[in-house]
Amino acid sequence: MSQKLDLELINLTKRYGETVAVDEINYHFSSGTYACLLGPSGCGKSSTLRMIAGHESISDGAITLAGRDISHLPPARRGTAMMFQNYALFPHLSILDNVAFSLKMQGIETAARHAQAGEMLELVDMSALADRLPAQLSGGQQQRAALARALITKPEVLLLDEPLSALDPFLRIRMRAELKKLQRELGITFVHVTHGQDEALALADEIVVMNDARIEQAGKTRAVFDAPKTAFVARFLGSHNVVSMPEGMIAVRSDALEIKPPEGARLPGTITNIEYQGTHVALTATVPGAQEVTALLSDKDFCGNPKNVGEAIGLDWEAGAAQALAG
Amino acid sequence: MVLRKNDVTGWALATPLSAVLAVFLVAPIVMIVVVSFWGATEWSIYPAFQFDNYAFLLSSDVTYRVFLNTLKYAFVTWVFTLLIGFTVAYYLAFHIRSLTWQIALFLLCTIPFLTSNIIRMISWIPFLGRNGIANSTLISMGVIDEPVEWLLFSDFSVILAFVHLYTLFMVVPIFNTMMRIDTSLIEAAADAGASGWQTLWHVIVPLTKPGIMIGTIFVVALVMGDFITVRFMSGSQSANVGRMIQNDIGLLQYPSASATAVILLITVLLLIGTLLRFVDIRKEL
Repeated sequence: MSQKLDLELINLTKRYGETVAVDEINYHFSSGTYACLLGPSGCGKSSTLRMIAGHESISDGAITLAGRDISHLPPARRGTAMMFQNYALFPHLSILDNVAFSLKMQGIETAARHAQAGEMLELVDMSALADRLPAQLSGGQQQRAALARALITKPEVLLLDEPLSALDPFLRIRMRAELKKLQRELGITFVHVTHGQDEALALADEIVVMNDARIEQAGKTRAVFDAPKTAFVARFLGSHNVVSMPEGMIAVRSDALEIKPPEGARLPGTITNIEYQGTHVALTATVPGAQEVTALLSDKDFCGNPKNVGEAIGLDWEAGAAQALAG
Repeated sequence: MVLRKNDVTGWALATPLSAVLAVFLVAPIVMIVVVSFWGATEWSIYPAFQFDNYAFLLSSDVTYRVFLNTLKYAFVTWVFTLLIGFTVAYYLAFHIRSLTWQIALFLLCTIPFLTSNIIRMISWIPFLGRNGIANSTLISMGVIDEPVEWLLFSDFSVILAFVHLYTLFMVVPIFNTMMRIDTSLIEAAADAGASGWQTLWHVIVPLTKPGIMIGTIFVVALVMGDFITVRFMSGSQSANVGRMIQNDIGLLQYPSASATAVILLITVLLLIGTLLRFVDIRKEL
């Protein structure tokens, strides 16, 4: 797909009275990208999404899609569609009518809109349940119906507000695979808001980590995970140890740590906990400065050289494994 | 049968309410039904089981006209209370953003209820009368030359009073239902390209139906059973079923009054039964 459908945020700002919810953020979503806005609650990610959708007014800045300023257009004329956190299916309408709702609003006659809605339900594998009411569906089925309803408007960008948070863990993993598959098939941009780092890592081509109304770090998912720039990002993405060293703060991935004898290792420490996790063993140790460090060792490595709680060890890593952190 | 402890507790818990309902609801209705079959002469009433009262009622032209008039009052009042009630509830639920203001304005709506029904009704009389405030204002503004006669002691004043008295019974349940509508549904409608009116008609109205239905039941039941408003506001020139019953009671014709009451009760129950077939209000209760 061409560059024409890129979504761009330019100095986007949202203020509620004195509080700044989103503070002059800039980002360029290339078309066809699966992007995740990731951050703790209150970081401004939902406000950002709602501003893109048009459900929240913009205090300052602009949003452009395909080069056209959509900042002040009504939601339906932006080329975006939103999938709501609780799906927001109309409880009084059947699934088919829910999906056909936007066509009905355009004045398309019943037979034609039902036919189109039927195709959409086919796409999300929900044809058999077209006549049910939302309350008669499971969470996963409701989500598919909501997806079909959002997609029927043929959006260029699909906005998803914590779409998986209402599902149980098992279903969450299944639905996220389906979301990813659907995005690949449709080739449109997905902007997905979540506070779950595993969800973001699993789905996103690009992640935008937000904190305190600003973008903390953004880029290709792997690039961000491999090289967190701040302690916040390293901690939020998980699987990283943030350690204060004489030369400054660094982030080291838990699985990059090696256990050595205390002498000559970069960090001496004392084991405080050993947790067996099946394929891996998580070993927690305290290191100077009352810091805690977790090393993720493969079960073979650990069992070849077993340790006990209270034992003194040395922690080491390859020179390139440590990331210097800002701040 | 062995009574377990749980059973005893259950029965004990259900007893007080059952007793109250039995004494104050079931017993009076049974009494009315029983008396409606009694006989009466000009000077006495006597226990009996005869259908004279019903036969007389159902064969009389007056009964039908009065019932029809009562239904007319109920219908017109319903239309106006619904329009006003829906608008007020909509404004409170969707246009007032802060809960504090919602509660404050809602309480404001209940202020008229601090005075009695009758006082509120009577206070219309000096306003609407031949030389009342409404007429003198209209004359001084040059809208009319002569005082308008139909303002007071007419169907107009009766319905005006009904609407004034009962609109709040429409506002409360509708407001209550509207407050439960998830605002994301309205956003979803906007996302689907619905205009304000389309959202109102295709999303809000259908979701508010149970509240509308509960309000309808209140208003219809109140208007159908009313006698005092019609008497005051029509200057005793109009009749409804309540007035008919009141007249019978005034003449000590209890059996005839009871028969009319039974028919009224059946009419109202049928009306409400029909309404409930269309809308499921169970989830609101």
